[in-house]
Amino acid sequence: MSAQTDPADLPGVTKEHTPAPDAARLPGPRGGQAHKDGHGGGSSEGKVLNVFSHGVLVIWGLLVTMPLLWAVVSSFKDDSEIFGSPWGLPSVLHFENWSRAWDKANMGQYFLNSLIVVGGSLIGTMLLGSMAAYVLARFDFPGNRFLYFLFVGGMGFPVILALVPLFFVMKNMALLDTYHGLILVYIAYSLPFTVFFLSGFFRTLPTSVAEAALIDGASHTRTFFQVMLPMAKPGLISVGIFNFLGQWNQYLLPTVLNVGEPDKKMLTQGLVALAVSQGYKGDWSGLFAGLTIAMLPVLAAYIIFQRQVVAGLTAGALK
Amino acid sequence: MKHGKYRFIAGFLVLPLAIYAIFVISPFVQAIYYSLTDWTGLSPDMKMVGFDNYARLFQDEVFWSAVGNSVTLLLLLPVVTLSLGLFFAFMLNVGGRRRKKAVIGGVRGSGAYKILYFFPQVLSVPIVALLFQFAYNPESGALNAFFDAIGLDGVQPDWLGDPQIALWCVMAAMVWANVGFYVVLFSAGMSSIPKDFYEAALLDGANRFNTFFRITLPLLWDTVQTGWIYMGILALDVSAFAFVQIMSVGPGGPDYSTEVLPLYVYQKTFRDGQAGYATAIGVSLLIVTLVFSAVVMRLGRRERLEF
Repeated sequence: MSAQTDPADLPGVTKEHTPAPDAARLPGPRGGQAHKDGHGGGSSEGKVLNVFSHGVLVIWGLLVTMPLLWAVVSSFKDDSEIFGSPWGLPSVLHFENWSRAWDKANMGQYFLNSLIVVGGSLIGTMLLGSMAAYVLARFDFPGNRFLYFLFVGGMGFPVILALVPLFFVMKNMALLDTYHGLILVYIAYSLPFTVFFLSGFFRTLPTSVAEAALIDGASHTRTFFQVMLPMAKPGLISVGIFNFLGQWNQYLLPTVLNVGEPDKKMLTQGLVALAVSQGYKGDWSGLFAGLTIAMLPVLAAYIIFQRQVVAGLTAGALK
Repeated sequence: MKHGKYRFIAGFLVLPLAIYAIFVISPFVQAIYYSLTDWTGLSPDMKMVGFDNYARLFQDEVFWSAVGNSVTLLLLLPVVTLSLGLFFAFMLNVGGRRRKKAVIGGVRGSGAYKILYFFPQVLSVPIVALLFQFAYNPESGALNAFFDAIGLDGVQPDWLGDPQIALWCVMAAMVWANVGFYVVLFSAGMSSIPKDFYEAALLDGANRFNTFFRITLPLLWDTVQTGWIYMGILALDVSAFAFVQIMSVGPGGPDYSTEVLPLYVYQKTFRDGQAGYATAIGVSLLIVTLVFSAVVMRLGRRERLEF
């Protein structure tokens, strides 16, 4: 971070030794040039700003990482260390916290539940969402606009308002506390954004390829699955990542619709239940281990697929 | 061919539409109806009570404290989160030392910062909420232990237990969780602004603060507005519910100091067995949401800048 390493800054350094006012340097062509290259009046400002911005950025970086690191470190401590020296390092690595959380506190089971439900709903969302989006984007039929806005309108309504009646809809269909019930609801509440995003995407794809396939005798269905879907791959990946994270991190829907059997909890729900029960039991180290178990796989996946995750999540906001 | 086309359309739409209608549309419509009844949510029988539920809202102090807290979140959360996001994104993209030929540039390692800042975005709300709950713990939490360590052992707030600051504590966690997303989003927008705009402005003697307000912000306005609506909906709905329900003592906080509308709907339904009344609260939440979106659209409407 020292100023000397960058040769581009040398003129600015010289300027500090002979502090000439800017105006004196400006009239000559060099002065103008220097200004344009940023070595003129802005240089010392730039340097101060550079230190300042690095300082601020590092502070926020610490604010983001400290709580996460702190949770990981605490998951290796025993309870007395967690209370006695919250900021210290563990004297011995207590790996048994992790196995206790995984087995006794059911984190392994919750993890599996989340995998099953999110796996099913992700496939369903992508398939049904892209089918609806394709038809709405590329076919002209009466009621097309109405259906489109019906789907897209779902993005703006507060979910909590629908929950009470939804609970009874599910109850009447005997779907409460079941994997397939949750899968159906996750799909339903993911459709608005998926249809919105993918229909925009299908509209941008060239018509000629689809027409060629139809002329060659392919049915509409075959054209969709063998021609259009492969062409829409970038859009599918973006919206797939968006849906995966949204469904994996879903908390409100299972909190209301999935409360019957303790073994069937989703990971997010299980974590909160764990926090409540371990809080009473005083097993704080087990709780931190559970938290870390829930946290690390997602963070690892994010670091590996970092580019795609960022593109997928921001694509929606940028349209 | 024509026949085949309509059969295809129907075939592709029937399943998504059925699922959507059953689990999203029908509950919303039913909610409006239930808000006019005295339904408990437990028994099948109910009777129409007209607008009684809505009249009752005016007498309900907890409701008004929830409205106050929700509106506070709605007004402050987007401002704080988006300002920090813009600030960091500008630092990352424009705050760096000027190198030869480059009029403006990002700080060194801006890519690493972006990866780091995005971390909280991929974590679920319960994880973030629990982390902060531990940090705020008055006896053994990281925050008070930190105050101890730097000699501020006289200052040991109750954090979530103190009605004066509980809501701010929850809000801090929500800001923490969301800033990274906007840093990345705004960075993407900023990097697509042509460099010669800055070149021209700097040549005319503008400093960086001027370039931010005259060039960067106007050209990013569309993205900022989208972010504003996202954050607003977050402050009113799912996210606010989860943060407050998990973090705050009670839940709802001491003296309902962190009670928010979505949580109150949930409590009235599943804790108090007043589903009819709860849906009336939900409808008022819907109204707040719609008013908010309309206001943002209206205020944000300005000439679209093409470049």
